[in-house]
Amino acid sequence: MADTRAPSARPISPHLSIFRPILTMMMSIVHRITGAALYFGTLLLLWWLIAAASGPNAFAQVQWFMGTFIGRLVLFGYTWALVHHMLGGIRHLIWDVGYGFGASEREWLARMGLIGSIGITFVLWTVGYMVMGGAR
Amino acid sequence: MKDMRTPRARVRGLGAARSGTTHFWHERLTAVALVPLVIGFIVILLSLLGRNHAATLQILGSPLVAIVMLLFVLTGAYHMKLGMQVIIEDYVHDEGLKLALLIANVFFAAAAGLAGVWAILKISFGV
Repeated sequence: MADTRAPSARPISPHLSIFRPILTMMMSIVHRITGAALYFGTLLLLWWLIAAASGPNAFAQVQWFMGTFIGRLVLFGYTWALVHHMLGGIRHLIWDVGYGFGASEREWLARMGLIGSIGITFVLWTVGYMVMGGAR
Repeated sequence: MKDMRTPRARVRGLGAARSGTTHFWHERLTAVALVPLVIGFIVILLSLLGRNHAATLQILGSPLVAIVMLLFVLTGAYHMKLGMQVIIEDYVHDEGLKLALLIANVFFAAAAGLAGVWAILKISFGV
């Protein structure tokens, strides 16, 4: 494979650090961060699934961890990342078919993505606690 | 039959990687599939809250739930392989490290997908 590194004398294009942070840019960055977080969050899902498949003892361990403060925090983060990445993905799909590129439209999409992900996460957790209260 | 096209015609629209928009298309295809699958996954999780091991197995192993979970795990594994590949290609500039990470990415996604499928099938068939 060829070495693609540019010689140091060559002018380089401006990068992240030179731009003023704006919402659409932050949402783009967070989309990638949540994607990477979900990548490793898959281990959590697999731990749970494999434990359920393995038996009551392994399953009880997962249940115990998810019930701790740290476990709840990780789950809450996973929920938000999943919803945020999904809404960000829908935003990309809207762009892919050619809509939402106007200044006010993309600003609205970015804002709805952020408000939506936080709102849906809180709704899901409220429903979750209500379901748990009912099932026990 | 011998390919009569010129070398330029053969790669036109396919770019330096010779795969054209395949990566982009597969990322979008899995993204579209994952929207309903993520919603299904969340509904399944909510229905499992507060239930004991036996009840969890019964729900996870029922046909519709198991099939949605299988689709979610498999589509998710492929989607995350595609996404992480882009992150590696964007930020890792050392050729050796990049190659190692690209290999590790495929291995991780494949193992994650297979492990999830194994667990769901084991729960479904109760072996």
